[in-house]
Amino acid sequence: MACIEARGLRKAYGKTIALDGINLRVEEGRILGLIGPNGAGKTTALDAILGLTPYEGELRVLGRDPWGERDRLMRDVCFIADVAVLPRWIKVSQALDYVAGVHPRFERAKAEGFLAKTTIKGDSKVRELSKGMVTQLHLALVMAIDARLLVLDEPTLGLDILYRKQFYDSLLNDYFDRNRTIVVATHQVEEIEHVLTDVMFIDRGRIVFDRSMEELESRYLEVMVRPEQAAAARALQPLNERKAIGGSVLLFEGVDRQQLAAIGEVRTPGIADLFVAVMGNQAGQAQGAAK
Amino acid sequence: MNTPSNAIPDSPFAAQAPAPAPIPASRRMYWSVRRELWEYRSIYIAPLAVAALILLGSLISSYRLPANMRAILTLDPMHQRHAIQQHYHIAALLIMGTTFIVGVFYCLDALHGERRDRSILFWKSLPVSDLTTVLSKASIPLVVLPLLTFAVTVVMQFIMLLLSSAVLLGNGLSVATLWTQVSLFQMSLLLLYHLLAVHSLWYAPIYGWMLLVSGWARRAAFLWAALPLLAIGVVEKLAFNTTHFAAMLENRIGGDVSAVTMPGSVPMDPMTHLTPLHFLSSPGLWIGLAITAACLAGAVRLRRYQGPI
Repeated sequence: MACIEARGLRKAYGKTIALDGINLRVEEGRILGLIGPNGAGKTTALDAILGLTPYEGELRVLGRDPWGERDRLMRDVCFIADVAVLPRWIKVSQALDYVAGVHPRFERAKAEGFLAKTTIKGDSKVRELSKGMVTQLHLALVMAIDARLLVLDEPTLGLDILYRKQFYDSLLNDYFDRNRTIVVATHQVEEIEHVLTDVMFIDRGRIVFDRSMEELESRYLEVMVRPEQAAAARALQPLNERKAIGGSVLLFEGVDRQQLAAIGEVRTPGIADLFVAVMGNQAGQAQGAAK
Repeated sequence: MNTPSNAIPDSPFAAQAPAPAPIPASRRMYWSVRRELWEYRSIYIAPLAVAALILLGSLISSYRLPANMRAILTLDPMHQRHAIQQHYHIAALLIMGTTFIVGVFYCLDALHGERRDRSILFWKSLPVSDLTTVLSKASIPLVVLPLLTFAVTVVMQFIMLLLSSAVLLGNGLSVATLWTQVSLFQMSLLLLYHLLAVHSLWYAPIYGWMLLVSGWARRAAFLWAALPLLAIGVVEKLAFNTTHFAAMLENRIGGDVSAVTMPGSVPMDPMTHLTPLHFLSSPGLWIGLAITAACLAGAVRLRRYQGPI
């Protein structure tokens, strides 16, 4: 059974199409990065998955229809929208009381354990906490819930680098196990790259790239070539080429590693570079289609 | 993903997560109501503050009490009762007026504030249905505020009575008249009836309408709640030169005096004038409750669709 399964998921706001009939399947135990430019449909897709917005098409999350059963679904799903959503008037102790009061899978002692490692005090109000501390609090609440799916939408937006790193570290070390599924939507690709098992690019309401990290590593290679080898490299039909100090970096799909090693230094491309290449090609195709 | 090579093979969900004890709906409701009291502390602070002010006022004015009492003793019993109870009724009305205003402002913000500060995304990430949330918010003006008003008023009136007794005794006057004319038990019963009949049931559509508007308006919920009503009244006046709508609103806000009797204007023996059967059989009550139900159903639906603003 897939954790999330969508077929022909569509959502339009008036004439603007936010999701253009996407199909997707997320298995249990994966950490999926949903990556796309602003307005690509990331948040709409997550809203549909979380039962926050109605949609057309078929969507099952943990076997349930999110729009029809949001409150039931939320027993097994957690989400952090972004740092600003904890109510500013609530006290830390009240937040713990409330979640413990309504959530059957919340383990209060666990949340208190996480909070004990921070400088957050139980009688502080959220409005007195810094942005980073609010995120720590929200994460402590979420990590104390024994959920099967965790959805994060730009969870580290506006945080300084220390908190951002801490955020993903605690998520991986203290929370993730092979039974849970995590979906992270962001456009800050670099900071989540090393935690993902799968990556999906979304652009103008469509999924344009959907690979596991192993696939990505075996299919895509990047070669750093000096100017004199550039022509030979270009003959192998790279997806993308960019300038670097002392030469160019070319990105290849499905080209033999040995062959590439002959012309330059081979390495696995970063998701950001792949993203630029894929998105660039998308834009090119769109322009081609327009002509 | 397409090829989940290292994913755990399809394991049934039930196997890995032993079902925890389910949380009964009443407990979710309880915590949702407590949540409202945490957020809107004016719900209990305002009536308590007004009660404290009234007590302070009666303390200050107590130097006039012995003289007043001597004057009252010369009156016939019916006027005695009226003169003595007057203070208690005015004090009760002040508390009621306060909680009515608190209820109005609470309702206008209840479903608006959480969208304004985006916290609706946090609340919706918890397993609490929109129905539970809206009902917990509606229960504040319909249940919590009337009961709170009752408790604060009764305690306040009791303290007023003790205070008056102490002053009278201190001046060598008898408290017999005071205690026979201020029948706290009867006053409390009447107050409770009035609060439940008027402030809860009769005013319910006012609160329901405001909750609906607060769930719908993107800004200026107060204007959106008031202006359409004003507009209907004006259009009716211009088009038909009648004022039925305005009269209806006035009757609603003024409380259906004919049906329940107001403690502010209690006659000699108020218990005989309570007309619960007449009140319960008045169509106005049931039409109002139907409007309340429709407004709350609308508010539940809106909360389901609405996100942060």
